[in-house]
Amino acid sequence: MRAMVYRGPYKIRVEEKDIPAIEHPNDAIVRVTLAAICGSDLHMYHGAMPDTRIGMTFGHEFIGVVEQVGSSVQNLQVGDRVMVPFNICCGSCWYCTRGLYSNCNNTNANHYAVGGIYGYSHTAGGYDGAQSEYVRVPFADVGPTLIPDWMSDEDAVLLTDAAPTGYFGAQLGDIVEGDVVIVFGAGPVGLLAARSAWLMGAGRVIVIDHLDYRLEKAREFAQAETFNFTEYRDIVLEMKKQTDFFGADVAIEAVGAEADGAFFQHVTASKLKLQGGGSPVALNWAIDSVRKGGTISVVGGFGPLFSNVKMGDLMNKGLTLHSNQTPVKRQWPRLFEHVRNGYLKPRELVTHRFPLEHITEGYHVFSSKLDGCIKPLVVPSAA
Amino acid sequence: MAYTPQKPPIAESSDALRERISGWGVDLDPKDRPSARRLVFQENTGAHWQFPERQPQKWPRERSIEHKFLTPVFGTACPPKGLSGTIRRLAYARYSEGQSAHWLLLVLADRVDAWEHHLTSFLTLRPDNPITETGVLSEFTRHGLSSRFGQHRADLKHQWLDPIVVAGPWLAAAWLVFSGARKLVRRAQS
Ligand SMILES: NC(=O)c1ccc[n+]([C@@H]2O[C@H](COP(=O)([O-])OP(=O)(O)OC[C@H]3O[C@@H](n4cnc5c(N)ncnc54)[C@H](O)[C@@H]3O)[C@@H](O)[C@H]2O)c1
Ligand SMILES: [Zn+2]
Ligand SMILES: [Zn+2]
Repeated sequence: MRAMVYRGPYKIRVEEKDIPAIEHPNDAIVRVTLAAICGSDLHMYHGAMPDTRIGMTFGHEFIGVVEQVGSSVQNLQVGDRVMVPFNICCGSCWYCTRGLYSNCNNTNANHYAVGGIYGYSHTAGGYDGAQSEYVRVPFADVGPTLIPDWMSDEDAVLLTDAAPTGYFGAQLGDIVEGDVVIVFGAGPVGLLAARSAWLMGAGRVIVIDHLDYRLEKAREFAQAETFNFTEYRDIVLEMKKQTDFFGADVAIEAVGAEADGAFFQHVTASKLKLQGGGSPVALNWAIDSVRKGGTISVVGGFGPLFSNVKMGDLMNKGLTLHSNQTPVKRQWPRLFEHVRNGYLKPRELVTHRFPLEHITEGYHVFSSKLDGCIKPLVVPSAA
Repeated sequence: MAYTPQKPPIAESSDALRERISGWGVDLDPKDRPSARRLVFQENTGAHWQFPERQPQKWPRERSIEHKFLTPVFGTACPPKGLSGTIRRLAYARYSEGQSAHWLLLVLADRVDAWEHHLTSFLTLRPDNPITETGVLSEFTRHGLSSRFGQHRADLKHQWLDPIVVAGPWLAAAWLVFSGARKLVRRAQS
């Protein structure tokens, strides 16, 4: 089969690989019909995620057709059209049984801190991902679900990560009616978080980024007010002014380890890898932009090492910080309703479709933010 | 104002927002959101086991020593090999996730792994090609210049570093090979 393969920082190619085999009785093999590239993939692509091995296939957002099932699989049949959460989860550990599917304790041998994730380095379990023609899906009875007839393929693939993560990010903000919410980052996750904040009764939604074309999308897709941080000498102070020197009630960090905007932080973290956890520029802006007693939601991805986070301000201001990888399965029933009712339209964020054979171009365009790219999809050759 | 008991008022009332934004407030009740309570017992996760069957190991699978035992299911991509594999096995066997040495060794192994593969790729029919593998040619077909300039982009300030970070090691390696070869040739001639 054809599969995207990592060759070192900023380098990938498409190679011939063996079709994955059933390795556990509850595995399924899924033929991928549509996949996506996520902002999280960029952290690996840039060489910022430890234990990203040469030869690894990335990709954790995908839909497909069940090609083969293991002996203990009960809920899926060959030929089923399925969408698969990016979390690999067992359904029976302490965490899964409490709905924390992203924290599954039985699927990541490499690290205790995070559950298994498809195609997300050995730090997240060493599973090959779905930017390929076939993928091994462990715990086929737990994660995947049938794609409802009314749902478009674009919505389905965005519902495996970006949409639930935006929606979950807004929930982690504990928004109450009338709250002022600032979203840092106008990527797919930030845009969906901004739109979701309204569903939870936000009184004002502000989106911050430095890419004008994405901010334009934020105004149209999420009906948000927008600020390009490069146009202000001090974006935190601007947020204070915007809120009559009160600060926002909630800030959602949807940027993660490679935040831009502070030359020193960016270069030491992203280029020189001296801050192994990544550059917390946007997180620090979030901490400083909310009012005392406010809430910070962190869904941006960071590395497992240290970063220069402003703990003092967090503590002195009495902030509450919530974060997690998104337990996707838990968001689905409600999110499906919202998509069906047209309250959330994730498919509107898709700007590009790259054939798997041209995925190298897809990564460069998405990583460098060229050509108005917001969400790039990947179409496997056999799809 | 924060200097008095009242919060600064917001411009639009809830009714106005409900009118303007489709779906405003459908999840208004903070208690009625899918992840409102962090821990909620799930009636049916799909699992029909208390503890999953164990996936057989094809090689002694490296694992975090913060785990009591090897998890019942694990990924089988890219088994550790070569010098990078030795470093990775050491990082896992000796250091918990709480220790920086664990991660710094893994990062070191990543760089060693990349060079092991770049070098051995030159012995194959498909050597690494930094032009095609970086997709940099899409700069010409995907509006590289107009996407970047005149757009207030923050990354313009440090983008000049990218070619150095990405191409620098390749140029250094090429220079080493070239100067080594030149020395050999000179020695052979003298
Ligand atoms: N928690 C989860 O489960 C989960 C799931 C998916 C993605 N993520 C993470 O969410 C983040 C966003 O993902 P995405 O797909 O939207 O990625 P993306 O790269 O498309 O978006 C990131 C955006 O942040 C902007 N940005 C950079 N520096 C900024 C700053 N200082 N302030 C404000 N904006 C800034 C960038 O210009 C870009 O538009 C990533 O870090 C990703 O790893 C987390
Ligand atoms: Zn993702
Ligand atoms: Zn579990």
